[in-house]
Amino acid sequence: MSYIAKPKVTHPGLPRNKLGLSVRDYEGVVSTLCAGCGHDSVTAAIIEAVFELDVEPHKLAKVSGIGCSSKTPTYFVSQSHGFNSVHGRMPSVTTGANAANRDLMYIGVSGDGDSLSIGVGQFVHAIRRNVNMCYIIENNGVYGLTKGQFSASADIGSKPKKGLPNQQEPIDAVSTALSLGATYIGRSFSGDREQLVPLIKGAFLHGGFALVDVISPCVTFNDHEGSTKSYAHTRQFYHHVVDMDYVPPAEEIKAAYAEGAAMPIELHDGSKIVLRKVDPAYDPTSRAKAFRYLREHFNAGEITTGLLYIDEARGEMHELMGNVDTPLAQLPMGSLRPARGELEKILKGYR
Amino acid sequence: MTRINDVVIKIATVNGTGSASANGLLHKAIFRMGIPVVGKNYFPSNIQGLPTWYEIRVTGDGYQSRSNRVDLMVAMNAQTYAKDLAEVTPGGWLLYDSTWPRGQLLNRDDITVLGVPLAKMCNEHFDGVRTRILMKNIAYVGAIAALLEIDLEAITQLLEETFAAKQHLIASNMEAIRLGYDYAMENFACPLPSKVAPMDATKDQVVIDGNTAAALGCVYAGATVGAWYPITPSTSLMDGFRSFCSRYRVDPKTGKRTYAIIQAEDELAAIGMVLGASWMGARAFTPTSGPGISLMSEFIGLAYYAELPAVIFDVQRTGPSTGMPTRTQQSDILSCAYASHGDTKHVLLFPADPAECFTTAVQAFDLAERLQTPVLVLSDLDIGMNDWMVPAFQWDENYVPDRGKLLSADELEEMDKFYRYLDVDGDGIPYRTLPGTHPKGSFFTRGSGHTKLGRYTEDGDEYQEVVDRLLLKWETARSIVPEPEIAYSKFNKAAILTVGSGNGACREALDRLGQQNIGLNYCRVKAFPFSEAVKEFIDKHEVVYVVEQNRDAQLRTLLLVDGEADPAKLVSLLHYNGMPLNAAFVIEKVREEMAKGRAA
Repeated sequence: MSYIAKPKVTHPGLPRNKLGLSVRDYEGVVSTLCAGCGHDSVTAAIIEAVFELDVEPHKLAKVSGIGCSSKTPTYFVSQSHGFNSVHGRMPSVTTGANAANRDLMYIGVSGDGDSLSIGVGQFVHAIRRNVNMCYIIENNGVYGLTKGQFSASADIGSKPKKGLPNQQEPIDAVSTALSLGATYIGRSFSGDREQLVPLIKGAFLHGGFALVDVISPCVTFNDHEGSTKSYAHTRQFYHHVVDMDYVPPAEEIKAAYAEGAAMPIELHDGSKIVLRKVDPAYDPTSRAKAFRYLREHFNAGEITTGLLYIDEARGEMHELMGNVDTPLAQLPMGSLRPARGELEKILKGYR
Repeated sequence: MTRINDVVIKIATVNGTGSASANGLLHKAIFRMGIPVVGKNYFPSNIQGLPTWYEIRVTGDGYQSRSNRVDLMVAMNAQTYAKDLAEVTPGGWLLYDSTWPRGQLLNRDDITVLGVPLAKMCNEHFDGVRTRILMKNIAYVGAIAALLEIDLEAITQLLEETFAAKQHLIASNMEAIRLGYDYAMENFACPLPSKVAPMDATKDQVVIDGNTAAALGCVYAGATVGAWYPITPSTSLMDGFRSFCSRYRVDPKTGKRTYAIIQAEDELAAIGMVLGASWMGARAFTPTSGPGISLMSEFIGLAYYAELPAVIFDVQRTGPSTGMPTRTQQSDILSCAYASHGDTKHVLLFPADPAECFTTAVQAFDLAERLQTPVLVLSDLDIGMNDWMVPAFQWDENYVPDRGKLLSADELEEMDKFYRYLDVDGDGIPYRTLPGTHPKGSFFTRGSGHTKLGRYTEDGDEYQEVVDRLLLKWETARSIVPEPEIAYSKFNKAAILTVGSGNGACREALDRLGQQNIGLNYCRVKAFPFSEAVKEFIDKHEVVYVVEQNRDAQLRTLLLVDGEADPAKLVSLLHYNGMPLNAAFVIEKVREEMAKGRAA
C-alpha cells in the first residue's frame, strides 16, 4: 500500500470557517498507522486547530523527520506544502525555511526518537534560536517502525513487551525545553482533544518556538501493562495544571472564570489565550517555579499537562537577527546586488 | 648572475606574532610596483606559538603557482632555523636576526647569510613587548626592501592606507622600516643580484583570496541565506559574506537586514537549513570542508532525490579524517561526486583561482536552480586562503538570475493540475513551485520513494521511473555545465589534463616543457559531469597525464566512470603532500613518464 487519497465527501451541513472551508478541506490522505494509534488523534487535533484558525492551506508548511510521527504530515492539510526530511533533522529544515520565508505558518511534527535521540542536537538549537514554529512531539516512548525498541523518553522501570525494563534516565522534552528557554511549552495527551486543540492553536500563534509534547500511545508496541506511555497509565496519572482557551483577535473574553484562576495573555496577532489554572500553585510564567513543580510531580509519577510555560516578550529568530519584514525569498533579486559601479569600489581595496 | 623579477622570498616566523601584516605589506608593495607576485601562506592548525611560513614569488612572467625554489629565506623562527637554512636554493641568501648569533654549524658554504640585529634595534627604538615584536617584523620588511630594491614609496603609501585612522602608527611603522632598510644598505651590497624592478603588469589585476571572491559571488548571485558551521579552511568565506552583507544588505533607513547568516550547531544542520531555505525559494549556500561534506552527505542525497537546489562550497583540505586542516588537497572529488547512500551523483564545479571563484559562485546558483539539484563548488585551501593575483572581476549589469523552471502564481492559476516530478519538457527537469505561492502549487517534498506525480510509493516501476528520469536530467546537466579550458600546442599526441588549482602549475609546466621542445596539449576540466568536449579531448590523444592533488587519482576515476575514458591512456601524476602544486613537479613527472614510454 502506497498512497490512498481520501474520498472527498463533504456533508452540506458541515460548518465552514471564514475561508468557506470545512474541516474536510484540511484533511490529508488516509493514515497508514495502526488502528488506535495516538498519532491519528494528534493529526485530528491539528486539523481542527488549523480549521478553526482559518489557515489558508497553502500558507502552512509542514515539516517532519523520520518515524511513525513523521509520516503524519501527509495525513493532514493536503493543500499545504510538506517536507518529509531525514531522521532527526526536521528542526534545521524548518529553521532554514523560516529564515527564507517568515510569512508562512510552520508546523514540525516529530517523535521522541526523532527529537530526543538522533535529533536532540537540532531540537535544542531550534529552541535557542526561537524559531517561530509549532513543534509537536508525538511521544510514545518507543520506536515503532523498527518494532519496539525503547526511545530516550522511556521512563525508568517502564516495561517493554519483551525483555527487561528500561534502566536509563528519560529525556523529558518539556523540562529540557524549559531549561533552554523555549518560549511556549505545552504538554498534552492524544486522548485529550479538548486540551490539545487550544494548545496547538496557541502554539501556531505564539511568536516564537512553541513546543507541544503529546503523550501519544503506541498501541502495537507500548500499550501494555507496565508501560508508562500506555493509554491506561497516561489516563491514570494525568495531571492538568493549566488549561487554556483560545480567544481570536478582536473577540471579547466571554467565559466566566473563577477569581485568581484566569490569566489572559495576548499573542502577537492580537488574539489571546486565557490560561485556566487548575492548580493555583502553578505559575506558567516562571521558569524556576515551573521547573520545580514539574520535577516534584514527575517524581510522584504524575504526568503534568497543560500550557506549562509561556514568554511572549522574547523576540523570535528574525527579530533577534534584525531582518526585514519581507520574506528574504521574496526580495527582488535585483535589489540584492550592489549598485552599478560598486564592484570597482570593492576591488579598489584589493589593488 | 642578475635576475630581475624572478625571485622567491620565504619568511619563517612564529604564528600569532603579527607577521601576517608585515608579509602582506611586502607582497602588496611588490604588486604596487606593477610586478606579478604570488603569496602563499603555510600555517599551522594553531593559534599561537607554532611555525608559520609565508612565501612570496615574484614572477615577472606572471605565473600563478608556487615555485619549488627559495632565493631569500628570512629565518625569524629559531625552532625551524635548521630546516629553513637547508631549504635555501644554492647561491641564495638567508636573512636572520643576529641579535642572537647562530652557531657556525648551521651555516652553509653555498649560500650567503645576512645577519640583521632586528630585535636589538627594535628594543632600542620601541617600548612595550608587543610593539617590539610587531616592529621586528616590520623591520625585516625594510631590510628586504633594501636587498631587493622594493619601492619605499609603495610601502609608505600602503602603511598610510592601512593606518589612515591611526596616524601615530604610520610613523612608528616607517621608523621600523627605516631601521631595517638603513642597516641593510650600510652592511650589505644592496641590491642583491636577484632583485625586483618596476613593471606595468598589474594594472588590471587584483590581489585576493578565493574565499573572499566566492563570498562576493554569493552577494552578486543574490544569496540571502547562508548557514554554516565554522571549519578551516572555509571560514573566511562566510566571514567575507558577512562583511559584504553588512555593507550592501542593510536597509539604510531601517537598519534591517536582507540576509540571514545562521551559524548552525553542526554541518548536518547547516545543510538542512540550506535545503529548507531553498525549498522556500531563497538562494542559499553553505561553505565547508571535507569533514563537513561527510556530515552533510545524507542531506545531499535527499536534495538530489527530492530535487532541491543548494550551493555547497567545499574548500578542500588534506584528508582523510582530520588530516592536515591547514594544508591543501583535492581529495574530496569522489566523496562530493557521489555524496550519500543510494544511487546519487552531483554536479561539481572546479574554479581554478579566485577570479573563477567569483564567477563560479554565481554560476553555481544558476545551475542549482536550473537543474534543481545540489551544486558543489570544489575549491581548496590553496585557492581559498592564499593571495592570488588575478584579473579584476567584471560584472555584467544585464545579468538575470536563472531561477529555472519556477512557476509563478499566474502560471499556476492557468494550469489545470500541477505535478512536481513530471517531465513535461523531456529534459529530465520538472517544474517547481514555492510554498505559499498558490493553492494549486502545493506538493510534498520527500526523500522516500515517490511517483512522478509526487506521491509516496513502494511500487518498483513507479520508483524506477523517477530515478531513471534523474539520469536524463544528468545528461541535461552535462550539456549545460561549464566547458573545459582547452589549449593545443603544435603537437597532438600527448596532453596534460588537470582540475582546479592545478591550473597554474600545469600552465607553467606546459610553457617550460615547450621551451624544451616538448609540446603538450592541455585540458582543464571545469565541471562534473564531463561535457562531450572533455571526452573528445581524451579520445584525440595517445596519452593524457592527469595531474591532480590526491593519492588515489580521484579525477582519473571519474574520467573512467563518467567520461568512459580508456584507462590505458590516462596516466596519473599525483601530488598530495598538502603543499600547493608546483610546475617543477609536473615537469619532472611528465619527463619520467615520457622516458618510460620510450623504453616500452
